[in-house]
Amino acid sequence: MNELPGDLLYTSDHEWLRREDDGTVTIGITDHAATALGDLVYVELPEIEQEVDSGGEMAVVESVKAASDVYAPISGNIVAINEDLNDDPEKINVEPYGEGWIVRMEPADDFDESELLSPDAYQQLLDELED
Amino acid sequence: MSNLIFDKSRAGRRAFAQAPGASAAVAIPEKFLRSDNPRLPEASELQVVRHFTRLSQMNFSIDTQFYPLGSCTMKYNPRACNTLALLPEFAGRHPLGPVSHGQGFLTCMYELQEMLKEVTGMKGVSLTPMAGAQGELAGVAMIKAYHEARGDHDRTEIIVPDAAHGTNPATATMCGCSVKEIPTGPDGDIEIEALRAVLGPNTAGIMLTNPSTLGVFERHIKDVADMVHDAGGLLYYDGANLNAILGKVRPGDMDFDVIHMNLHKTFSTPHGGGGPGSGAVGVNNRLLPFMPIPVVGKSEVDGVTVYDWLSEDDLPQSIGRLSGFMGNAGVLLRAYVYMRMIGREGMERIAEYATLNANYLMARLRDAGFELAYPQRRASHEFIVTLKHEAKSVQLTAMDVAKALLDRNYHAPTTYFPLLVPECLLIEPTETESKETLDGFVAAMIEIVRAAKEDGVNYKEAPYTMPVRRLDDVKAARQLDLAYRRDAAEAAS
Repeated sequence: MNELPGDLLYTSDHEWLRREDDGTVTIGITDHAATALGDLVYVELPEIEQEVDSGGEMAVVESVKAASDVYAPISGNIVAINEDLNDDPEKINVEPYGEGWIVRMEPADDFDESELLSPDAYQQLLDELED
Repeated sequence: MSNLIFDKSRAGRRAFAQAPGASAAVAIPEKFLRSDNPRLPEASELQVVRHFTRLSQMNFSIDTQFYPLGSCTMKYNPRACNTLALLPEFAGRHPLGPVSHGQGFLTCMYELQEMLKEVTGMKGVSLTPMAGAQGELAGVAMIKAYHEARGDHDRTEIIVPDAAHGTNPATATMCGCSVKEIPTGPDGDIEIEALRAVLGPNTAGIMLTNPSTLGVFERHIKDVADMVHDAGGLLYYDGANLNAILGKVRPGDMDFDVIHMNLHKTFSTPHGGGGPGSGAVGVNNRLLPFMPIPVVGKSEVDGVTVYDWLSEDDLPQSIGRLSGFMGNAGVLLRAYVYMRMIGREGMERIAEYATLNANYLMARLRDAGFELAYPQRRASHEFIVTLKHEAKSVQLTAMDVAKALLDRNYHAPTTYFPLLVPECLLIEPTETESKETLDGFVAAMIEIVRAAKEDGVNYKEAPYTMPVRRLDDVKAARQLDLAYRRDAAEAAS
């Protein structure tokens, strides 16, 4: 297993979040999630300006094995979507933490980072899944 | 890869047996008649016979190989079912003929309804749905119709466990409902507290497979049924795994309100690559008025028993028709013959031997070092092996084992389903396999893993011996191309 990027926050649903300098949050799925799904063949993205609630469906990722909902890890407003994924969904497999990002959100006012997992905490979760 | 029959075509070549008959004059207006000939292949009779015989020999089928495809119940289809369903009195019956000319067929269909009611513990059965997916659609449509008939318009949520067949949430969505997913606990039962949390005034119902797709019996089914009913919802039974409990436990006695049965699984009619199936539905008293039509009814006229079609006039609240007539008649007849041959006691033996075979296979694979997904549970008619350790240590994935099995002349088990279990094989031997066949399969599984671990064999290119080698399923999904283009084919040849 590759080392997790240390500058990201994680969720138990295998998503990652990065706080950008302008206050927005970039969101994707982790390498573990992408590997478990296998080669992705389709990504359904939300609309820009769409309001999402934490825990609500935000996108769908589909591999040859399965289609899986991506849940919004936080509440907020979608400000950007990675349209490159329409043509190249495999970017999520190749660079899950880079060019494979899925959406960028403007978090709602009650955004609380402490509800998310640190890299160490997420690594621990992965280790438990390995057993 | 074999050429298409079109590739063998040569202008002017003819086959007597396949030649069209003399064309009679037709009353189609001149402007609608085509002026150019259709592009039909022109081949000799021998070429046609060889072509299709060879294609048929490329198939894996239950008639030729062990087919332990989990959740599909690939059991033997007795020849007698086929022979009797093809009797000219059945096969030649016109579906629009008067009912007085079809009393024999209608008697069989009425008795099939009655036998299915008895074996499932339901109060009514409609044979109309053409396949399992349509049976599901009919089932959830009836649940919706029930709530709406009571003015309960806010009940639009269908609860589905995360281990469910993908068709369950798809069906709920098709019926205009939203899906609430609940998790499965580590022992394979659904988590009761998670169910409690999603039940409420919007609950239309819950869709369950029991035994579940994890191959274990849901032990809290009584509690689940009480909780859902207390919340005002109904229970839907996905009949995919009915084989495991046939004649032993009845969905009606588990308090299910509606069930669909895959007659092509449990009652041994042929599974046909998307071909004709049957998704008969059973209902309890609550849902009787909403059954899809037609249903076969029975009455006494002047002391004579008469069978007839029940339609909108008899069931005004019916969800309606699902096909031109009533299901796939030939499939229904095969199921009828099968049930008559098996009889009531035979039904119990089906469940017993299906379960015995699965548990024997599971125990032998466990003893050989394979890891079970739910080792603490007894298998129902199927069970799950996970290759997560082999995938990590020697890069041997579930897909590699599946393909390597093809080279050893076994159809692969179901791979990567259910999604909850990593690198899994879902294995269902069914009751019709001999111990020798099961032992042969175990030996093949052991040898595949041993060769990977000890000899460093990798199966990334397997299968080697099949007419079609390892498919690039990613490319097939990303660049789907199913069209035959004659010009391109000719340019390539």
